[in-house]
Amino acid sequence: MAYRSSVDIHTEWDIVAARQLGRNEAKKVGFGTVDQARITTAISELARNIYLYAGAGKIEIERLNEGGLFGIAIIASDEGPGIPDVRKVMEDGYSTSGGLGAGMPGVKRLMDDFRVDTERGKGTKITAIKWLR
Amino acid sequence: MYRKVPQFVETHLEEIIDSWKARMKDEHGEKFFHIMPEEVIERTSRDFTELVVSSLTEESGQYEEKLHNFSERIVRLGWSISLVMKAIENFADTLYDLLRKAEILDDSNVAEYFDILNNWIKPLRQEVVEMYSRTWERTVNLQKIALQELSASLIPVFDKISVMPLVGTIDTERAKLIMENLLDGVVRHRAEVVLLDITGVPVVDTMVAHHIIQAADAVRLVGARCMLVGIRPEIAQTIVALGISLEDFTTTSTLQRGMQEALALTNRKIMEVDEQ
Repeated sequence: MAYRSSVDIHTEWDIVAARQLGRNEAKKVGFGTVDQARITTAISELARNIYLYAGAGKIEIERLNEGGLFGIAIIASDEGPGIPDVRKVMEDGYSTSGGLGAGMPGVKRLMDDFRVDTERGKGTKITAIKWLR
Repeated sequence: MYRKVPQFVETHLEEIIDSWKARMKDEHGEKFFHIMPEEVIERTSRDFTELVVSSLTEESGQYEEKLHNFSERIVRLGWSISLVMKAIENFADTLYDLLRKAEILDDSNVAEYFDILNNWIKPLRQEVVEMYSRTWERTVNLQKIALQELSASLIPVFDKISVMPLVGTIDTERAKLIMENLLDGVVRHRAEVVLLDITGVPVVDTMVAHHIIQAADAVRLVGARCMLVGIRPEIAQTIVALGISLEDFTTTSTLQRGMQEALALTNRKIMEVDEQ
């Protein structure tokens, strides 16, 4: 069983807590400062999306070890309204909240693997993985 | 019964404290007694038992004052609330066991005893919880104020040039404050160039970037220029990966270089003076 820890997201300050957790875990896995910044920024984006669009949810951080390959997985899940059009959300500059619209595509670029599972009215689960090289 | 219990507590004080301590040790291990100096435990448990006695014997007004003082002291000792709750519970259990052993308590008057117990344990618990939550609220409020004082002050460095160092996490509330202070300061100091220093901002995500861009736009509207300085290499890389365009900005890695550029923009430069 891989090591997993989580932070519940209810307020804006929980985003900071999630970020802190991610940074500590990334450090333990052995990521350098640049990748640490990438991981914490990705967590920040995902946690903020939960806070803005779903209201509540959680960020889980899992340390990975697959056949000697180490990495870290961010799992952001909520039971919010779901994403109506995933393709659109992944476009640069698309935002429904007046933001920059760089969050989701940005996270994909910051991380190595990126997967969105979403169902309307049920919720969203986003898994993003960064491998240590 | 109402007289016997306090009497028992008073006469068997040592015994009660000893077996209560043993009970706490069983549950928390030696750890509990390691954190606390012996005399603190000794005094506190003595005060506590005295409080119990006074709750049963004294007028209610006096008791409440004592209770208040006691819980205030406990909170100040910095023990965790769960520990204190556990201690209260254990004390009640200890007393019950000892009263039973001394045969003051038997099946016939057990209900009466619980009535007494309820009357002192309930207000005690409530008082402790309230005291803790009041202390926490106070701390949080103070910290909020402290944080706000740290937030975003615009410093006039040279004529026409001001710097705003940003330190720490930027949330929506702070972003608003930054914007206000920035515009206010630009007008007040008649700044032509403002340097926003983000050296102390741990994470620049799209929201932070968005707020910075908005602030810069607003600064432009009041007739000044905004420069973003203190961009660390790892932040530069994440900004690029996020696809955030900061093309409208002059950006530099350090405040020092930003200052040089700002001076150039206002047709000045720093020169060394020849000593003759």
